[in-house]
Amino acid sequence: MTPQWNDLASELLQRFGDETRYAIPILQAIQTEQGYIPIPLLEAIASKAQHLQANQLYGVATFYSQFTFTPKGKHTIKVCMGTACFVKGAQQIVDAFKSALSIEIGETTPDKLFTLQTVACLGCCSLAPAVMIDGHVHGQVTQESVAALLKAKGFNL
Amino acid sequence: MITLAVGLGTCGIAAGAQEVYDELLRQPDPRYILRKTSCNGHCYNEPIVEVFQNEELIGAFYQVKASSVKSLLETLPSVWGQPSSRQGQEQRLVLENCGLIDPENMNDYISRGGYVALETVRSLLPMEVVSMIKASGLRGRGGAGFPTGLKWQFALNNPSQPKVVIANADEGDPGAFMDRAVLEGDPHRVIEGLLIAAHATGANSAYIYIRAEYPLAIKRLRHAIADVTAEGKLGTVLLEIKEGAGAFVCGEETALMASMEGERGMPRFKPPFPAESGLWGQPTTINNVETLAAIPWIIRHGAEAFSKWGTEKSRGTKVFSLAGKVKYPGLVEVEMGTSLRSMIEQLGGGTSSGLPIKAVQMGGPSGGCVPESLLDTALTYEDLQATGAIMGSGGVIVMDEATCMIDIAKYFLNFIQNESCGKCTFCRIGTKRMFEILSRIAEGKGELADIDELIDLSSQISKASLCQLGKTAANPVLTTLQYFKDEYLEHIVEKKCRAHVCRSLIRYHINSDVCTGCTLCAKRCPVSCIKGVTKGPHRIDASHCTKCGTCLSVCRFGAVTVSTGVHS
Repeated sequence: MTPQWNDLASELLQRFGDETRYAIPILQAIQTEQGYIPIPLLEAIASKAQHLQANQLYGVATFYSQFTFTPKGKHTIKVCMGTACFVKGAQQIVDAFKSALSIEIGETTPDKLFTLQTVACLGCCSLAPAVMIDGHVHGQVTQESVAALLKAKGFNL
Repeated sequence: MITLAVGLGTCGIAAGAQEVYDELLRQPDPRYILRKTSCNGHCYNEPIVEVFQNEELIGAFYQVKASSVKSLLETLPSVWGQPSSRQGQEQRLVLENCGLIDPENMNDYISRGGYVALETVRSLLPMEVVSMIKASGLRGRGGAGFPTGLKWQFALNNPSQPKVVIANADEGDPGAFMDRAVLEGDPHRVIEGLLIAAHATGANSAYIYIRAEYPLAIKRLRHAIADVTAEGKLGTVLLEIKEGAGAFVCGEETALMASMEGERGMPRFKPPFPAESGLWGQPTTINNVETLAAIPWIIRHGAEAFSKWGTEKSRGTKVFSLAGKVKYPGLVEVEMGTSLRSMIEQLGGGTSSGLPIKAVQMGGPSGGCVPESLLDTALTYEDLQATGAIMGSGGVIVMDEATCMIDIAKYFLNFIQNESCGKCTFCRIGTKRMFEILSRIAEGKGELADIDELIDLSSQISKASLCQLGKTAANPVLTTLQYFKDEYLEHIVEKKCRAHVCRSLIRYHINSDVCTGCTLCAKRCPVSCIKGVTKGPHRIDASHCTKCGTCLSVCRFGAVTVSTGVHS
């Protein structure tokens, strides 16, 4: 266990508190700040905490789609697979991203620039098909506009 | 005085409304006041700049670009677009402020009657408030339709202290976005409703559980909470936001509480009901965002004013989100009992493709597909349930003749088997088996016995699942089987997909008599399986074709055709 995780574990417990109810806020902070959930960090937290166990933290982290155990790319692409997007061709949009980036859903490009994900619904159904890139929603995406979206984020075709 | 209002909801911003607003800021003009508002429901026309003269809507500019701001200002005070024809056909109670006020300005909300209801309620006994809500006939807008007043009564009757109220803003049904629009456009309204619920049930802690996929709504809620706290409107109530972490099942109230307690979001057995023993064992009242947003209106106008809308068992109005293949997607709020057909045809403008409507999916993954022949069904809890669909949270997805019903059933089962929390075996494994069977049918490998297997699994999963996610998991399959069995049979027996959606069952051809040899399809084909010489007829190599349909969409001469079925 590296000292780096030890210090961070103490700081997180101090910031949120040592109680089961803080498991998700702690994990959310880790995901945001580190870009992923390092398992040694969970072990470090558990070794210091009274009420948070490693298995419980791991169980929670694997349950919710927000958490990942591998570092994400610089840009996260979330293709909406809601019903409205689905009937308006979201599958073709996912396929276009997959073929442009040469990765599968859930994967990150080798240059660590892009992570491709699908989400159940972004709630922007009137813009279907919709894609969220780094928290910003793009509507009425077409197979043709996928390349432009990637290019705007520094992708070289 | 003229006011220009720019709708800055998530959908507006995605369409470029922020750039339009910024451009208007750069070109100040003494003739008008600039106001930022949120979504007014007319999402199909975003970005929208609405023009008000002395607070009265006189017209609007639609689909505005930042580059057209200058010419827009030159046009004033005349406008390009008329106020939407939808006006007058809707009954806006819950959405009364959406698109009119600045959601980050509490005084805007107060100037339209905001927080009057809270003041009124705090001079009343909790029992009196509960009676008022009971008399209004308001039922939960999140899906189940449980009477709100009765729910409050149960929590009030519980002598145990402390108590909790929770706003369920985990709007997860794909196709539903009314809660997002209310939270982004009128966040104080939800807070006021929640504080009223706290007073009526005797709670001192209030939470808003919101999904992380709604960053703008979270930002505006935080802003609003800071304002009400500074104004001392919270009284003795502690109000906090809890962000979800991405799990559809957390919209279910017991799973939501498990998630707030820091555990995996798995539903728990009821009873005990939340009003008896909820969050951390405390009596808990959980209401949906739209339900809470209706509360201040009911208190201000009286229970009778609300209950005069709607039908005997479904009182008031309901917000629906129209999406899918509808001409005017967006939000509409209509009186309960309005027919599904008039909502879709008059307010939604029919289909975007001009093709006939095939079905309307209502109620998300727990709901079902209502066929065109039943479009005259009234929008009430009971009438919708009789069709096999449900009111649900109000998501309405319009599907035209180019939608394959097996593909839709498969889509929902894939969703459910992904989102099943895994606690109940039948939901966890049964939905996976159903998805596999549907995939087989879509690939042309289905057998007639598969239909019986689907029906059997549906009934088993429904019986052996704890929560509504599992209990209703099979609804999309059952309703498509009920109304579109012929499509299932076509897929199984004739290996035919009439909507030309299921890729394994279709073939693309180029009609050599029509093909001009323009080479466009060959250039665009992502797998380079179209061969031919310039000005000569092209040909598709079927062994490499992925059936993506690009050639069909790019051909300007109608030379690409699709066939399906063993006899074609």
